[in-house]
Amino acid sequence: MTIRKGFYVSIGRRVLDFFSFFAGLVRLSVQTLLLIPARPLGAHRFFEQAGKVGVNSFPIVSLVSFFIGVILALQTAYIMQKMSSEIYIASIVAVSLTRELGPVITALIVAGRSGAGITAELGTMAVTEQVDALETLGSNPIKYLVVPRFLSLTVMLPVLTVFANAIGIFGGYLIAVYRLSIRSSLYMNMTFQTLVYKDLYTGLIKTVFFGMIIAIVACFEGLTVKGGAEGVGKATTRSVVNTFILIIAADCFFTALFYFFLE
Amino acid sequence: MSMIELTDVSKNLAGKQVLDHMSLAVEEGETKVIIGRSGVGKSVTLKHIVRLMEPDSGEVRVQGRDVLSLRGKDLSELHMQIGMVFQGGALFDSLTVGENVGFVLREHMNLRTAEIEERVKESLALVGLYSVEEVMPADLSGGMRKRVALARAICTRPKIILYDEPTTGVDPITADAINLLIDELHDKLKVTSIVVTHDMRSAYKVADRIAMLYEGKIIAEGTPDEMRYAHNPYVHQFITGAAHGPITEGQSSIVKNSID
Repeated sequence: MTIRKGFYVSIGRRVLDFFSFFAGLVRLSVQTLLLIPARPLGAHRFFEQAGKVGVNSFPIVSLVSFFIGVILALQTAYIMQKMSSEIYIASIVAVSLTRELGPVITALIVAGRSGAGITAELGTMAVTEQVDALETLGSNPIKYLVVPRFLSLTVMLPVLTVFANAIGIFGGYLIAVYRLSIRSSLYMNMTFQTLVYKDLYTGLIKTVFFGMIIAIVACFEGLTVKGGAEGVGKATTRSVVNTFILIIAADCFFTALFYFFLE
Repeated sequence: MSMIELTDVSKNLAGKQVLDHMSLAVEEGETKVIIGRSGVGKSVTLKHIVRLMEPDSGEVRVQGRDVLSLRGKDLSELHMQIGMVFQGGALFDSLTVGENVGFVLREHMNLRTAEIEERVKESLALVGLYSVEEVMPADLSGGMRKRVALARAICTRPKIILYDEPTTGVDPITADAINLLIDELHDKLKVTSIVVTHDMRSAYKVADRIAMLYEGKIIAEGTPDEMRYAHNPYVHQFITGAAHGPITEGQSSIVKNSID
């Protein structure tokens, strides 16, 4: 009886924790959006963060998307060769990357790299009272710390995704042309004939929201850290896990939305 | 009208009643030292004055203005008039010493770079530091970090300075230098100060008046001499640092363990 009661209490506590976490994210999002136009604008902080989350993520995003393109071409070739339809590899690689894999893989890489970094940095600032110090020095911590990270991730994630798509397609191109002996011009033709604007912009719209999710979850977890170094470690892990779950959930939501309303 | 006035302030943190109808008044130009054991609510009291925390009940007034009613620009103005020195310094790791000290000037005041640099230099000189503007906080010793934190707090020439454990974690000589600095700044800048500490040597040195916080309330207040010879058994145990007495009565295990 006691065990069952404990079980229900534990479930209840988790549900409450989930709702309070979600309410915290919504509150921080609203505060962030309201503070974007507040002065001082702090444009230099935006560019500094854009460099950190965008430019510095470029090498890893490029490398991973190149491999994804290669893997996609090889896996598709496995089936297509059986049906003597190797030519469709170009179309499948292009559409899979621009609509789905490019945006999601880029978001997951940036969440793991920059999101975790943001939580660790803000968490350390919180436990060493630097966030309190900001407030006593007349600066709103959300304006000073969250807004530039939010804007830079929202802007830089679509930019990184465009590069990831292009590099992934290039990876597929190398396999198709040099391993499967498909003519280069044919591969390019098939890629551009298949791709339509909608494939590109539905993918990029998603990344804007993925960028917002990474920024808000990472900053929320960082600013609410309690308990010193151990707390920072736990918050960083939680930040990455929660961001991954929310990105996949948001991807599912947008894919369904575009499927039912834009097809 | 007192410069700082806390009336009937209560605060519960994670089920613990940290402040329990606590009242405290600090007059203009006065240096008040709040003493008490660790975790008794001294830092929480300071955080209420700058509104880093809001009380569950009660009132906090600074220069007659209700701190809880301040919003936006008014709250920023209040922050500009109060300099706070945090226990660990709370210097921004990513900024140099010069950028830390001149933070408010750069972020909130329309000053030329040369003017900011001048003010930074002046503030650092007031705490006895020279040519450290380009150093990163991580490269400073504990004592120097506290001095830089103090320089940052006084950069806007505030009317009030709040010190959270200014001598904790530094050697006795540096601690004495910080005490002298607190006294000097009080005389030079004519500020009202609250110093939170459990270091009695520091308390006697800098205080105009000492207040003791115990179980969420101010249980005694007086000049350093009045406190030194107080008959209150709680005050007497604390200032003499005795292991046995009414404060530790409920926590006998600590005392017993040290004897066994």
